[in-house]
Amino acid sequence: MNLGAFLVRRLWQMIPTLLGVVLLVFFLFNWVGGDPAYILAGKMANPDDIANIRHQLGIDRPLWEQLLIFVQQIVTGDFGNSWATQEPVSAIFRTRLGPSLILLIPMMLLETAVAVAVALAVSAWRGSTLDRSLMAVSTVMMSISLLVYIIVGQYVFAYLLGWFPVKGWSDEFWRNLTTYAVLPVLLGLMVSIAPSVRLYRTFVLDEIGQDYVRTARAKGLSETRVLLVHVLRNAAIPIVTNVLMGLPALLTGAFLLERFFAIPGIGREIILAVERSDFPIIKAATVYVAMATMLANLLGDLLYHWLDPRVHLE
Amino acid sequence: MAQPNASPGLWTLAWRRLQRDRVGMVSLAVVVAYLCVVFLALGGWIARDWTREVGVNYAPPVFFPADQDETAIPLGKSIALPDQVDLYGLQDPLAPQLEAIRARHPDEARSIPERRQLTLPLGGDKWGHDVLTKVIKGSETSILVGLVAALLATVLGTVMGAVSGYFGRWVDDSFNWLYGVFTSIPYLLLIFAIAAVLQQKGVSTIILILGLTGWTGVFRLVRAEYLKHKSREYVLAAGAMGASHARRMFIHILPNTSHVILVQLSQNVVGFIKSEVILSFLGFGVPVDVVSWGSMLNEAQNELILGKWWQLAAAGTAMAILVTAFSLLTDALRDALDPKLKY
Repeated sequence: MNLGAFLVRRLWQMIPTLLGVVLLVFFLFNWVGGDPAYILAGKMANPDDIANIRHQLGIDRPLWEQLLIFVQQIVTGDFGNSWATQEPVSAIFRTRLGPSLILLIPMMLLETAVAVAVALAVSAWRGSTLDRSLMAVSTVMMSISLLVYIIVGQYVFAYLLGWFPVKGWSDEFWRNLTTYAVLPVLLGLMVSIAPSVRLYRTFVLDEIGQDYVRTARAKGLSETRVLLVHVLRNAAIPIVTNVLMGLPALLTGAFLLERFFAIPGIGREIILAVERSDFPIIKAATVYVAMATMLANLLGDLLYHWLDPRVHLE
Repeated sequence: MAQPNASPGLWTLAWRRLQRDRVGMVSLAVVVAYLCVVFLALGGWIARDWTREVGVNYAPPVFFPADQDETAIPLGKSIALPDQVDLYGLQDPLAPQLEAIRARHPDEARSIPERRQLTLPLGGDKWGHDVLTKVIKGSETSILVGLVAALLATVLGTVMGAVSGYFGRWVDDSFNWLYGVFTSIPYLLLIFAIAAVLQQKGVSTIILILGLTGWTGVFRLVRAEYLKHKSREYVLAAGAMGASHARRMFIHILPNTSHVILVQLSQNVVGFIKSEVILSFLGFGVPVDVVSWGSMLNEAQNELILGKWWQLAAAGTAMAILVTAFSLLTDALRDALDPKLKY
């Protein structure tokens, strides 16, 4: 199938899923959630206030009309204002994206680099004590809660030793990247690296069993060259795809890091919104992150095909 | 296995393989030990009243008394709190009224000097609650939430996957659509959104949230198994003998997919325990009168700054040991049930 037809078909298939996400979010917030006017009006609300707020929010209209408004909001990107701060929702996402990316892109790059290196190393000595002990360590590391890493890390490295600021953020890009983001990135790595190593190890081991590796060894190539050139190039295909598809989840995956280190990113904003019952922000975040996930999956498939032409686009 | 010559079944073989796996057996023992503790706590035999303030505030653990001014305080030594607190020489403004009340009700309004422990086995928290009791209660909550939610998610995923894979066509399409919808929203974000909508907190609320969102993994695998099995000869034979669709799906095929389901169940328990801890930590999980590992970690975060590390250590370690054991057990189960799979 050629690329254009594939793209059209995949984008076409996305529409029902996207509609489903919209319906799910709508169902949650406009039906399960009850009447948000009572949350907004506060404790001492009189019926007039409630009616007024209901009118402003449009929830005194029939459900289908509310759904139309929601769809309109998604298409135009205008979700109105935050209920808590009156800041436009679009402005909130625009300004919070930067800090999230400063945190997440270094984390993603470092994680991939370190995890690939470790995965190659343990695969080279697979079955050895090093391999087994590293795998055991990674299982234990995965089992410790991210919360414990953050609490202890923040206390020891920032509070006791003073190597990093305890929390905070500035307006300068470099200062953020080199001062404020360092400890959160390192702590995030502690948790995310172990599962990646285990996954990438299976990718590498899948390749090591292939015939071309035996051929390369038979030609007399050094084991290093076999691993770093022949195996890595092929194992890179699932790895790269995996990293790309994980991007949208990363965007929200740093909830805890952003909250602990007071980084004004999207994850922290979502937690704040849940705490304050700030529905417009949560609705917008859910729908747009879902869209981003679908697009990332599509890009992942395309990339897979591009890196490995044997893979057919279906 | 009643007859002596019967060939061993899937489960017998799997159990034998599991028994040969030393790591698997150790993790199984650890998990069973935790479950026993949960069971005992649930029945009220141990850790009944974690809310009792048995120790002094921030009582240090008994094996680490160096933190205290007096160097070594053996367990069991306690002090009586004075029944009237001298607030820096200030007079209690309500003292005359209190005296009057005491005079009127001499029996009820008597303050009983309370004896409090100076050290506790694993230390005490801000109010003097015993951390050991709290950890046990916290394990009860977290593990129960994980188990019940995983059961719910697994049953949901299994039924949906079975129906979807077995009937195919438009049924399959619609369940796949639902699967696509649920998987396109990152898991934690979906949980947060639901937690934001459901205003009431409670153990059953978390179980519902986790169970209703976590079925996707089971669904995918069970559906694939049913796709594979539905046209096999034994299913066709069952159909020819007049077995109904439900009978074919749940009596004939289900046992053949049970190894997949069991591994998924085990994996879900670990995942849900982790999710519950995060939810409760953020305050979206258990209510304040219930203790879980997450709510303990939340308290511990502030205690650590004061140098009171024991609650953090206790909750963190209890969770890490269980999750490690459960993950290793899941791997061992997978190896034992599906020896063809090599990872």
